Amino acid sequence: MLAESLVLAGLIFVIGTLGVIVRRNAVIMFLCIELQLNAVNLTFVAFSRYVGIEGQVFVFFVMAVAAAEAAVGLAIIISIFRHYETVNVDSFTRLKW
Amino acid sequence: MPEILFFIFAAVAVGGAVGVVVSRSPVASLLFMVATLASTAGIFVLLEAHFLAAIQILVYAGAIMVLFLFVIMLLNLGHDYQRDIRGNVAMIIGFAVTGGIGGLLARQLGGGTAGLETNLGAGDAIDAALREYGAVGAIARPLFTDYVVAFELTGLLLLVAIVGAIALAKKAS
Repeated sequence: MLAESLVLAGLIFVIGTLGVIVRRNAVIMFLCIELQLNAVNLTFVAFSRYVGIEGQVFVFFVMAVAAAEAAVGLAIIISIFRHYETVNVDSFTRLKW
Repeated sequence: MPEILFFIFAAVAVGGAVGVVVSRSPVASLLFMVATLASTAGIFVLLEAHFLAAIQILVYAGAIMVLFLFVIMLLNLGHDYQRDIRGNVAMIIGFAVTGGIGGLLARQLGGGTAGLETNLGAGDAIDAALREYGAVGAIARPLFTDYVVAFELTGLLLLVAIVGAIALAKKAS
């Protein structure tokens, strides 16, 4: 089941990457980053089944960091929305040359 | 039986991932994401990571996705269904980048996954740990002995994240 899990994780990671690149909605882009993190977690768990429990410990830390990242990132999105009244990333042009 | 379950979960996970990217409504994207996370939790169970499967459902599908839903509803994004997929240039770049990553992964995995499981061993170590300490004890033991510093630092990180989120999201006075 290891090879199948790795293929599945690769597929989910690629779909998440595509989502980050093609979508403009900041919340959806963020959701696609979570999708990528989830694919990496799946890889860790698949390998830890055969190598040892440390992979699962690492997934635990990845989940904790993902939770912290989601809280801070969504706070930034709220803060930007208050300023621009939109979450479309093409509208955020203040730092663009 | 585990193989059939695996392919069912895998199909739901990939379908949900595609749904996250293509659906117009942010709320629909979020529900597709919950489907992906739940079926990934099912795959975690098949890979003997029972504690992580429970955490995946409780923390990821429960808490983090509800946080996303709160933000979508707070920003009132649930009703405008206009297309926000980028134009042709970004589309080409996107497919080029993802095609490159996908091709690289396919080349690595296609090179020889047949002997992978036998080379890595049969997974006896995890089975023994699960039998001796149980699903939670098997992961708690390394977490509170070898990785206790990282664990405490994670707690500190969460505290910083709470303070940062409140400081960023509160109205400027």
